Amino acid sequence: MDFLLNAVVNGLMSGAIYVLVAIGLTLIYGVLHIINFAHGALLMLGMYVVFFLVTRWGLDPYLSLPLVAGAGFAVGYLLYRGVIGRFSHGKDENILLITLGLSIIFENAALFFFSAHTNIIDLDYTDDIFILGEIFIPYTKAVSFAAALVICLVLSLYISRSDLGKAIRAVAKERHGARLVGINVETVYALSYGLGIACLGAAACLLMPSYYVSPTVGHSFVLIAFTIVVLGGMGSFVGALVGGLIIGVAESVSGAFLGEQLGQIAIPIIFILVLLVKPTGLFRGAQ
Amino acid sequence: MESKKARSPQRREFIARSTAVALGTMAFPGLLRAQSAKEVRVGIIHPMTGLVAYSGQHCRLGSMLAIEQINNNGGIKSLGGAKITPVLGDSQGRVEVGVAEVERMNEAGVAAYVGCYNSPVVIAATQAAAKYETPFVVDVGSSDLIVSRGLTNVFRFSPGFGQCVDTGVAALETINKDAGNPASTVVIVHESGEMGTGTSKLLMNQLPDIGLKVLDVIAHDNPARSFDNVALRLRSLKPDLVMHTGYANEYQLLARTLKRFKVPTTQFSIMGAGFGIKFLRESPDAAAYQMDVNHWYRPDDPRAQALKNEVEARKHDFVYEVFCSYNAILLLADALERAGSADKGALTESLAQSTWSDHFMPYAPTRFVNGQNEGGRAAGLQILNNQIEMIYPEQFASAKPVFPNPEFR
Amino acid sequence: MNQGNPSRDGTPGGRWLLGLLLVVAVAYPLLVSSNYAVDVGMFILFTAFLGQSWNIAGGFAGQMSFGHTMFFGMGAYCSAILVVTYGINPWVAWALAIGVGACLGAAVGFLSFRFGLRGSYFALITLAFAEMFRVLADSAAITRGGLGILVPVRQGFDQLQFVDGRTFYYIALGLCLAGLGIAGWLKRSRFGARLEAIRENEDAARALGIHVLKEKIKCLALSGAIGAAGGSFYVQKYLYIDPHLAFSVARSVEMLLVTMIGGAGTVFGPLVGATVLGLLGELTRSLSDAQGLSLVIYGVVLIFIIAFLPNGLISLLQRRSRKAGGRNA
Repeated sequence: MDFLLNAVVNGLMSGAIYVLVAIGLTLIYGVLHIINFAHGALLMLGMYVVFFLVTRWGLDPYLSLPLVAGAGFAVGYLLYRGVIGRFSHGKDENILLITLGLSIIFENAALFFFSAHTNIIDLDYTDDIFILGEIFIPYTKAVSFAAALVICLVLSLYISRSDLGKAIRAVAKERHGARLVGINVETVYALSYGLGIACLGAAACLLMPSYYVSPTVGHSFVLIAFTIVVLGGMGSFVGALVGGLIIGVAESVSGAFLGEQLGQIAIPIIFILVLLVKPTGLFRGAQ
Repeated sequence: MESKKARSPQRREFIARSTAVALGTMAFPGLLRAQSAKEVRVGIIHPMTGLVAYSGQHCRLGSMLAIEQINNNGGIKSLGGAKITPVLGDSQGRVEVGVAEVERMNEAGVAAYVGCYNSPVVIAATQAAAKYETPFVVDVGSSDLIVSRGLTNVFRFSPGFGQCVDTGVAALETINKDAGNPASTVVIVHESGEMGTGTSKLLMNQLPDIGLKVLDVIAHDNPARSFDNVALRLRSLKPDLVMHTGYANEYQLLARTLKRFKVPTTQFSIMGAGFGIKFLRESPDAAAYQMDVNHWYRPDDPRAQALKNEVEARKHDFVYEVFCSYNAILLLADALERAGSADKGALTESLAQSTWSDHFMPYAPTRFVNGQNEGGRAAGLQILNNQIEMIYPEQFASAKPVFPNPEFR
Repeated sequence: MNQGNPSRDGTPGGRWLLGLLLVVAVAYPLLVSSNYAVDVGMFILFTAFLGQSWNIAGGFAGQMSFGHTMFFGMGAYCSAILVVTYGINPWVAWALAIGVGACLGAAVGFLSFRFGLRGSYFALITLAFAEMFRVLADSAAITRGGLGILVPVRQGFDQLQFVDGRTFYYIALGLCLAGLGIAGWLKRSRFGARLEAIRENEDAARALGIHVLKEKIKCLALSGAIGAAGGSFYVQKYLYIDPHLAFSVARSVEMLLVTMIGGAGTVFGPLVGATVLGLLGELTRSLSDAQGLSLVIYGVVLIFIIAFLPNGLISLLQRRSRKAGGRNA
C-alpha cells in the first residue's frame, strides 16, 4: 500500500514539473492555435541560462526566476515578431514548420556553443528530502509542485481579470471578431507567445535543481507537454494543472506496475483515449 | 505573347547544366584531392552531433591525438615515413549517415576505418566497408553482434560486453568473497536499448553462479525523466547490490536519485557509461564508493599519465572513449608498420596476426579471433577519496576495494 | 488547378523535362563512378518515396500527420520479423508488410476519423500512436525489445540483398516512380478529386455526397501501405532495425518536411523536397566539420524556404510554367 501511495505522490511531484512545461504550451496553443515545436528547444535554452547563472554568477535558480521568466518573455515576443509572425503569412502549417526549423537551429546552436555534455547543478538543498512516514518528497520537487500551483493560479487570474487577458481570450475565441473590435491581433499573438515562453523560463528555473541540461534535453518533455495540453483542454490553465498531475500520476503508477519501460505506454494511450472520447479535454479553454 | 518554345529550351539547358555540375563534383571527389604517396588515409567516423555527441567527440579526440603522436614521431617508417591523414566523418548517430560516410571515405581512398561508437552504426558501417574489403577497427561499440557475423575485415581491440560482463562477474565474486560475502541479493537496472538489454541478459545468467540472487530487473527508457519510482522500488526490495547499465545522463540521474532517497545499497555497475571523471567532479557525494567495470588504463603506466595530462590540458576529460580510440589508431599504425604496405589485403592480414603490446591497457596478450581481441579486458574501478582507483584485477590495482558501501553498513 | 504537374499544363517543355529527368535518373549510377554518390542518390529517392506516403494523407487529403513513421516502422518490423524469426522469403515478406501497413492505416484512420478528429487533433493522435508503437517495440519479445533485429547477411536476388549499391538504387528509383505514379493517378482520378474536396472543405464535401469517413480511411490505408513498403526496403538495405530507428519522431518529421518543402498535394513535391534537402544536407556536412553548425544552416534554410516560398519549392516551377503558358495564370 505504501508503495502505491509513494507512486502516487511521486507522480504528483513529477506531474507538477510537466505542468510547468505545459502551461506555456497551452497558452500558445490556445491563442495561436499552433503546436509550438520549438517548445522543447526553448526550455533547453532556458535551462542553460539557469545553469550559467548558477555556475558563473552564483545566482540561486529559485531567486532568479523573475529574471529568467522576464528574459523568456522578451525572447518569445521577439521571436514571434521577428520570425514566426513575419514569415508564416498567417498559415498554420507554416508556423509549424518555422517552429520546427527554430528547434533545429536552437538545438544545434547549443551543441555548437555549449558542446554535447550534460551539465548539472549541485546546490546545498539538492539532496534535501522530506520524509513523512514512508513517503519521500525531495525538497526540490516540493518547491516545483508549489510553484506550479502558484503560477497556474496567477496566470489564470491574470488572463481572466486583466485587459491583456481579455484581449487574449477574445483573440483565442474569435480572431476575426477581435480584429473588428480594434484588437491588434498580431500584437496579442506576440504577447501570448512571449507569455508562453516566460512560463518556460520559470519552468527552467524550477527544473534545473532536480534534472540536467544538455542540447537535447527538450525532447523528453515535449511529447508529454502536448498530451497534457490536449488532455487538459486547449488554453485552459486549470486544465494544464489537472492534466499534468493526472499524467504524472498515471505515468508513475503504470511504471510501478508495468515496469519502467512498458509503463511509458500509459501516456500515449491516455492521449489516444482522451482524443477519441473527449478531444476538447477536461476543461474548457481560455474562454 | 511570348513564344512558349523560346522559353523551354533555355530552361532545360539551365537545369541540365547545373545538374551536370552538381553530379560532377559529387561523382568524382577523388579528382579534387589526389592522395600523395607519403600518406595513408584513415577514415574516422563518430557521432559528433546527436544524443551521444559527447562520446563521439571524445573518441575523435583520442584518434587525433594518436595520429598526431605517430606523425610527430616520423610517421610509418616502413612506408618511408608516410604520415597518417585522417578523413573525418560525423555519423550523427544515424545508421544511414554512417553508411554514407563509409562510401564517401572510400572515394577518398582510405586504407582503413576507425569508428563508430553506437553499435547499430558500427554494424551497418562495417558491413558497408566489407564490400570493399577495407579493414575496420572498432574502437568503441560493445555489442557482441559486431564480431559474430563472420566479416573478416572487422577488428575490435577493446573487449565486448560479453567479456566485460565476465570480468565484472569475476570481480564481483572476488570482492564479495574478500569482504566475507556480505552481498547476496541484486537488482539489475538497465537502459532498454541494445547495450543495456544485452548486458542484463548475460548478468541474469551468470549472477546465480556466484551466489547472487536477482530480485528484479528494471528496464528504463532513454532518455529517462525520473528515477524516483525506481528508487522507491529499490527501497522496498532492499537489495544488497544495484547493478546499472546505462548511458551517461541516466547513470548520473540514478546515482543522484538513490543518494537523495537514501537507498541503502551498494552500486556496482558494469559498463556504466556515466561513471567517470565528469560524474565525480559534478556529484562527488553521489559518486563516492561507486563501483564500475569498464574500459580503463593501467594507473601506474607513465604513458597513460602523459596522455591524460595532454587531454586535460586541452580541457577535455580523459574518458574511455579517448583512450579506446587512441589505441585503435596505434593498433592500426603498428599493423601498417609490420605490413610495410597500405594494401587492404596485406593490412587486414597484418591486423589479424597482430600481437601489439605497446599499450597501457590492463589486457592479456593481444590475439585476434574472429575479429575480437581475446586479450581485451575490462577493469574494476571505484571512486575512493575523490579519485577513480582501479580495484581489479589485483595485479594492476591502485587501491583495495571498499565493499560494501560503508555509508550503509 | 495544375499544381506542379508540368506534363499536365500542356507545355511540351514540361514533358521533355520529365523525360530528361527520367533519363538522368536511370543513367545516373552508370554515369558516376562514385558509390558514395549512388548511395546519396538512392537515399534521396527513398526519402522521396516515404514523403509520398505522407503526401497522400497530408498533401492530397489535408490530414496532416505527425506520426507517419509508424507505417515505416511497422513495415520494417514486419519484414524483419518474418524474415528472421519465421524464415519467410524477403520478397514475400515485403508484400505482406505492405498489406499490414495498409491495415494499420485503415485502423488508425477508422479510429481517428470515426471519432471526428481533425487538424491538430489528428496530428497529435498520430504522434501518440507512433509513440505507443515505439514503447511496444521496446518492450515486446517478438521485436527483441531494445536489442533490435539484425537481418543476417545473405546476398542474392532471392534474398533481396545486393552487394552492389546500384541495385538498391534502382529499386529505390522504382519505388520513387511507383510513388509518383500513384500520386499522378490520384491527381487524375475521382478518388483523388474527392480527397482534394475533403481537404478544401470537409463539410462542403460531405454536403456534396462524398462519404468522407470512407474516403479518409481509404486514403490512410494507401498512405500506410506506401510507408510500410519503405520500411521493408530499409530493413533489406541496412539489415538492422530497432525501436528508435523505426518509430522516432525524427523520421515522421522528415517525411513531413520533404513534402511540405517540396510542395504538399503535388505529384513531384516530395521528390523536389527530398532532392533539395538531401543535397543541402550533403553540402553543409562537407563544408563544415563544426558539430551542429551544419544542422543549424539546415534549419535556417528551412525557415527561409517557408518564409519566401510557402507553397513549397514546386511553386517556383509553377510560376515559370504560368508565365510561359500564359493561359494558366
